[in-house]
Amino acid sequence: MMNCKQATRMVSAGLDRKLALSERLALRVHLFLCERCSNFARQSRFLRQAAQAAARRDKSDAER
Amino acid sequence: MTLPADQQLADYRDYLLRYALYRLRDEAAAEEAVQDTLLAALQAKQGFAAQSSVKTWLTGILKHKIIDAQRRLCRDPFQLDERVDEDGDSSDFDSLFDTQGHWGSEAPRNWAKPEAALEAQDFWRVYAECSERLPKRTALVFAMRESLGLEIDEICQNLEISTTNCSVLLYRARMSLRLCLEKNWFGLQA
Ligand SMILES: [Zn+2]
Repeated sequence: MMNCKQATRMVSAGLDRKLALSERLALRVHLFLCERCSNFARQSRFLRQAAQAAARRDKSDAER
Repeated sequence: MTLPADQQLADYRDYLLRYALYRLRDEAAAEEAVQDTLLAALQAKQGFAAQSSVKTWLTGILKHKIIDAQRRLCRDPFQLDERVDEDGDSSDFDSLFDTQGHWGSEAPRNWAKPEAALEAQDFWRVYAECSERLPKRTALVFAMRESLGLEIDEICQNLEISTTNCSVLLYRARMSLRLCLEKNWFGLQA
């Protein structure tokens, strides 16, 4: 069984590469059972959204 | 097509500087990249003839200088405190987990309406402060991946680091940013 530390690494890796089927399954089971890691997964996706929004803000500043 | 006058090249300096700063997030490095660009442009004005716009031409040169600068920033000896273990172990976050590897007292909480934060001016101030706390190289890799949307392979190639290092830096960036945002923004929201 995957622990939270491993699960957070897997969540992060999943944002950068396609996970193997076994990795995806193990992660899905963990996230189903673990609210904290589910929060972490949502927050990591939100960081991507925020970084993109931040870049758009910087860009409009730069082009002003 | 006439060649751009020297003064005309200098007029683009501000634009180039903002462009470089946006990508490098380091003032000294950005300044240097722009100076190198203008120097290269002055030396090779004939390369301009085929281009339609001075701005496009200069930006093209600058892009190469930025990649060089990114590599240098990554090799900066002052960044060596940021050691990356090849096995991908990020022991610096160990304190967040118990001995079994489960979350301790600082476990991620549920953030209420995170999208709404993107509209709040104060949120961006906190976001900027949290980003500035990241070690330079970590911040650079995170920006290349998440703001510029580059693939991890491209980032590794550009910076000449291994894929594992790249993943570790991205993991650290995400762990630090979420912790910082929870402490200074989402944890404080009613
Ligand atoms: Zn967990």
